[in-house]
Amino acid sequence: MTAKIETSPRATFVEYCRRGELAYQVPAGGGDPVFYPRLVAPRSGESTLEWRVSSGKGTVYATTTLSRKGEAPYNVALIDVDEGFRMMSRVDGVAPQDVAIGMRVRVAFVPGNGDEPPYPVFRPVETGKGR
Amino acid sequence: MAGSRHRGSVAIVGVAESDLGSVAEGMTPVDLMGQAVARALEDCGLALGDVDAAFAAATQLNMPVLNLCEYLGIEPRYMDGTHVGGASFLSHVAHAQAAIESGACEVAVIAYGSTQRSAGRSNAAPQEISAYEAPYRPMHPVTAYAMAASRHMHEFGTTREQLAAVAVAAREWAVLNPVAWEKKPLTIADVLASPMIATPLTVRDCCVVTDGGGALVVTSAARAKSLARRPAYVLGVGESTTHRHVSSMPDLTVTAARESGRRAYEMAGIGPADVDVAELYDAFTINTLLFLEDLGFCRKGEAGRFVENGRIAPGGELPVNTNGGGLSYCHPGMYGVFLLIEAVRQIRGEAGARNVADCDVALAHGNGGVLSSQATVILGSPSTV
Repeated sequence: MTAKIETSPRATFVEYCRRGELAYQVPAGGGDPVFYPRLVAPRSGESTLEWRVSSGKGTVYATTTLSRKGEAPYNVALIDVDEGFRMMSRVDGVAPQDVAIGMRVRVAFVPGNGDEPPYPVFRPVETGKGR
Repeated sequence: MAGSRHRGSVAIVGVAESDLGSVAEGMTPVDLMGQAVARALEDCGLALGDVDAAFAAATQLNMPVLNLCEYLGIEPRYMDGTHVGGASFLSHVAHAQAAIESGACEVAVIAYGSTQRSAGRSNAAPQEISAYEAPYRPMHPVTAYAMAASRHMHEFGTTREQLAAVAVAAREWAVLNPVAWEKKPLTIADVLASPMIATPLTVRDCCVVTDGGGALVVTSAARAKSLARRPAYVLGVGESTTHRHVSSMPDLTVTAARESGRRAYEMAGIGPADVDVAELYDAFTINTLLFLEDLGFCRKGEAGRFVENGRIAPGGELPVNTNGGGLSYCHPGMYGVFLLIEAVRQIRGEAGARNVADCDVALAHGNGGVLSSQATVILGSPSTV
């Protein structure tokens, strides 16, 4: 007997975003954290995934500054979040070209465009203050 | 040379490009596929009636195998529409090898066609963007390759000049190719001074945007011997994938080419030192560096220094992308078929001023998605089998 899923992984993730929380999953039987959210754990194939809320702290893994015609340059980065998963995001609060690999960052939520839900970006963490 | 029982079981016997560059108004992707197949059959002296297997991939057609078969009026007994991005056509060779060996078919055509330059790139290859990436407005695919370059520079001290050396070498080869799209002389300084697209990549670190198509004819080694042209035997094939989205790529400086290459070398019973010419999928300059490393031509992190001083340019120690590559010759969106066309011509000795002397082993390596799918095909002259 398999129960039909009532809430998609995406809808659950968005609910967390609306509360200002960065959510990820862990397989119930243990194993690496899972991101993006899904119904089946990669590698193990386990279908029971538990939701967790991240501390929101992470490190810039890779970065680029994009130049589109008629727009100011903007950043796109991959962030290694401390709980052990990687996600695409953007580092705000600093000039795009000053975003550097290894930079410590913390999550913040910004409103989506139009009807889109709020989404996570990152801002540099002040270093040397024991945070 | 040991290798597996699959080594040399099939051969690429016919190759052709369709019209390239900027094609006539109203031309369709299937026009170019059809044109290329007709030319490839003519190249090897076979006819449409001999074809019993059709392979195709395209970004502008959802069911390109069906378009191709309808266009040519064929009803093959074997069809394969594997679509793993630009590497598709190298995967098709691997799958054709298995199908021919099993007796499922005997003469396979592999085809590609694109009018992305005429149609506009966003129309020709609509991007599906994950909800977890969309808010950040990445320009794909360049964003992913730029981030891989950022990582390679950070970890290994690779420089923008070294990336530029890849574009300069490709241009030097393109000058020797009558049908190459870009043939204006190019220097490292020119590459660095070009408009930045996605740091650290300028427009000259990125492939050209052209129309074009190509086709291959693959058959059994036994049938190949009876044909007009010198066969390019398939010595080894390998495929692998690590991700679809760059955010899921385990390590941005290591690609699945390590696995696909290992499998292909193992089947062929050879190693990188035996390769006379390498055709590596260069949609961006960082690709060539990653594949030189992952296919064992140098160690991880050393490709930046490896490509300095013209080592992969004409007259260099390792000829790479001898047609001018995706960076200068032709890139209609999925470049893989052109790697194989050039590799076959090198083995036949038909590449004119750019032909490598005594070319017996050619390696073609395809990439798809955002460094996502990797497929390697090693071809050999009759003296290798």
